[in-house]
Amino acid sequence: MLELSLPSRIESVEEAAQSVGDFLAANGHGPEVAFAVDLAVRESVANAVKHGNKFDETKQVLVSLAGDEAGIELKVRDQGEGFDIGSVPDPTDPANLLKANGRGLLFMNNFMDEVRFEIHPDGGTVVVMVKRK
Amino acid sequence: MSDITITERQAGDVTIMDLSGKVTIGEGSVALRNAIRRVLGEGKTKILLNLGGVGYIDSSGIGELVSSFTAVNKEGGTLKLLNLTQKIQDLLAITKLLTVFDTYDDEASALASYN
Repeated sequence: MLELSLPSRIESVEEAAQSVGDFLAANGHGPEVAFAVDLAVRESVANAVKHGNKFDETKQVLVSLAGDEAGIELKVRDQGEGFDIGSVPDPTDPANLLKANGRGLLFMNNFMDEVRFEIHPDGGTVVVMVKRK
Repeated sequence: MSDITITERQAGDVTIMDLSGKVTIGEGSVALRNAIRRVLGEGKTKILLNLGGVGYIDSSGIGELVSSFTAVNKEGGTLKLLNLTQKIQDLLAITKLLTVFDTYDDEASALASYN
């Protein structure tokens, strides 16, 4: 199991991706799983830094990754105010196609087998993502 | 040090920008934004982005491609994409941006399309 506690800055995205990549390689996961989990951790940590913790460096982004024979479970928690997942606009709607932002969740949903959002009892949002083997 | 390298060459009035490395949140996206601004500032508005050397792109990088596209359009120019890797093609398909960008597999066809 891998656990990380990262400051709310953009550099944490690369740091999380490096650590997760090393963990997956050391545990013999193939390129398809590695690509999906890498993309998911980058997008979810970026969201946690930007939208969850709003770049407040007194708040942490907490990443945990666990793997077994069934697959990988990735959790990314911010310490922000939470948000309504239903309020995220569909980036594939023709009206939103030329917007610069808002595609991270779409990528997470496409490449992971399961994505769900939970409210942590101590505050913040937890994104739980599963990639099955 | 940035994870992206952008080199520029000219083919007639088309500016070809060869990208290699990662176009991701932070330095990669900013480097692309700055390069596009600089080229537009020089009055060059026919731009071909060669993505053949891009090993990785995230949603921020895809967003930067869209911003580049709209910035070039705003100047009355055209931005097209060359040599998409399979992964980038997949990401553009998922985001429905293949309907927005003109994409090419070979440079000669891409250059001819500007005429």
